[in-house]
Amino acid sequence: MVAVQERTISVWENKIKPKVQVAGSGPPVVFLHGAYGLTWDPFLDELARNFTVYAPEHPGTTWGDPDGIKPLDNLWDLVLYYDEVFDQLGLQNPAVVGHSFGGMVAAEIAASYPHRVGQLVLLCPIGLWRDDAPVKNWMIMPPEDVIKAVFHDPTGPLAQQMLAIPEDEKAQQDAQIRTTWALACTGRFIWPIPDKGLKKRIHRITSSTLLVWGKSDKLVPPVYAQEFASRIKNSRIAMIDQAGHVPQLEQLGEVSTLVRDFLKS
Amino acid sequence: MKISMFHLMPYRDLPDDFEQRYHSVWVDPPWKELGNAEKVGQYYNWTLDELIYAAKSGMDGICVNEHHQNAYGFMPNPNLMGSVLARATNGMDVAIVQMGSTLPTTNPPTRIAEEYAMLDTMSGGRLVAGMPLGTAMDATLCAGITPIEQRERYYEAHDLILKAWTAPDIFAWNGKYFQLPMVNVWPRPIQQPHPPVWIPGLGSLSTWEFAAQHNHCYCFLNYYGPVVGKGVMDGFWQFIAQKGIEPNPYRAGFLQLVAVAETDALAEKLYEKHIRYFYNKSLHIPGEFFFPPGHQDYRSLENSIRKGLLKSQFDQLQAIPNYKFKDFVDKRLVIAGSPATVRDMLRQGVEDLRVGNLMVLLHIGSMPHDLTLKNIDLFTREVMPHLHDKWDDKWENKWWPEKLRAKRQTSLAAL
Repeated sequence: MVAVQERTISVWENKIKPKVQVAGSGPPVVFLHGAYGLTWDPFLDELARNFTVYAPEHPGTTWGDPDGIKPLDNLWDLVLYYDEVFDQLGLQNPAVVGHSFGGMVAAEIAASYPHRVGQLVLLCPIGLWRDDAPVKNWMIMPPEDVIKAVFHDPTGPLAQQMLAIPEDEKAQQDAQIRTTWALACTGRFIWPIPDKGLKKRIHRITSSTLLVWGKSDKLVPPVYAQEFASRIKNSRIAMIDQAGHVPQLEQLGEVSTLVRDFLKS
Repeated sequence: MKISMFHLMPYRDLPDDFEQRYHSVWVDPPWKELGNAEKVGQYYNWTLDELIYAAKSGMDGICVNEHHQNAYGFMPNPNLMGSVLARATNGMDVAIVQMGSTLPTTNPPTRIAEEYAMLDTMSGGRLVAGMPLGTAMDATLCAGITPIEQRERYYEAHDLILKAWTAPDIFAWNGKYFQLPMVNVWPRPIQQPHPPVWIPGLGSLSTWEFAAQHNHCYCFLNYYGPVVGKGVMDGFWQFIAQKGIEPNPYRAGFLQLVAVAETDALAEKLYEKHIRYFYNKSLHIPGEFFFPPGHQDYRSLENSIRKGLLKSQFDQLQAIPNYKFKDFVDKRLVIAGSPATVRDMLRQGVEDLRVGNLMVLLHIGSMPHDLTLKNIDLFTREVMPHLHDKWDDKWENKWWPEKLRAKRQTSLAAL
């Protein structure tokens, strides 16, 4: 376990105060989390062995700053906001790793500011759309259905951990509020269909890009790996066996090695 | 008090095993399997006939509302219905209560300013302008509105509509969600400065505040009767008292399911299956459709999770499929029975809730046309006259079209 430091930064004329978790040493890597909010997990521990990991919380999802979502109306605002976040953290052109919703945000940043993203790792990103393989709308799925779509093994310990309810009532309520509000805030940029024009901009990405997809992802079907790769010039795909929408946790060893080697190359 | 007949215009012939076979009555019930356009044409005509019959029978107002992709009620544009009702009740002292066009999903919202003004002029100044926020099902799932933006859009649309009705001059609207270069609505309403505005709500603090701040009538629309309603309405009146606002009962509206027969026993025989159809099939909606994240603002979300409001509502819903007629009536979800039973329960409910504008759902679920007319007939002859005097000794209904505020003369002769 690495020591994780928590910083609160002030962005967008001090109207948004996200928390950023920072750990490790080495070249900087920004990690952008998915729609359910940020949890510091073993994959980030692994990354922090070789890199300085910066994991900012998306605007509004930071506990105590629910209004942080209000100043940002759309995706354009969100991309500009992350330009300011990078400045605040003193990062010129870090590597960016994005998961799911965070993958879409990472791709949008890289398409808008090709020189601001050193390398790009997209873990099961959303952002493109095929009528024959719709991305599931997790905002209206009951938790047990989400688990089935997210995990290769919905009965395994990882899945059970996600379904676990804290015993303490206050902690239980906090968790429910935190998750619901994280979904509400990230939902601002993707409802009702997460296809907000990335397809027009994605050709601008120049960073070398690694796409990682779990072969059993039933939330964002694996056919999207090819959709992304065919549009990003300098990209390759790693399909992961026995993993769903969170391959970096279901196959922790394999994926963290892949990502480390890619970022070191 | 003022009493209006509310109609949902439901599909009246869903299959017996509907709730076992299908995911939801709302958003995703497959039309190709369930819908019959010929039948639906008949339903629309019956619905209009039932409301017009209620108007002729002396009802103070007739109400329609807006829902989408919904087999329990599908008047996607309530103003199409309202225009027929306005025309058919020309010359009668009955209010056209539109409960109403959903603000966040009508684009641009000046469309509502125009259509409501059409109805107000056509009806000779008899419109009540309902301004719903819309359910999550209608606004976010059917119309694609981003959940976290629904309420903001609503506030902006409301302000735009009122300004469009009242501004003396042409103006530009530079809003966050709507930009209009030259707002100059034709026609404007007869009622000045504008028709009374009713705000339907489900008990959220933000909606009370909004209604009170603008001096609109707050209407608690749900299907669980005065016992459940009391929790919400007590909160509303406490809020009004704290703000130092006049506690005029006409500031509040309430919807109640009502079924009247000659005797209590006959009411059970005639209505039980339609009541069960309503609660089991028409309200067959999965929980996750009601509250997509962001539909509630942060403070309402925190409030409802900390107080366990969502859980208690959910638990209550779970029990309903096992209810018998007696349970529905004992718990007052439905007020049903002989005229004497109904008027006692209704009077009690109205007093408990302190409500001046009562809406009664007299067509319930699968009720056939004839039975609906019978219900309307018994209600208007045997129940309504006994309730009309309530509140009028002390309070004026400032949220009712001005020309209709006097007590209505029942026009049975018109039948």
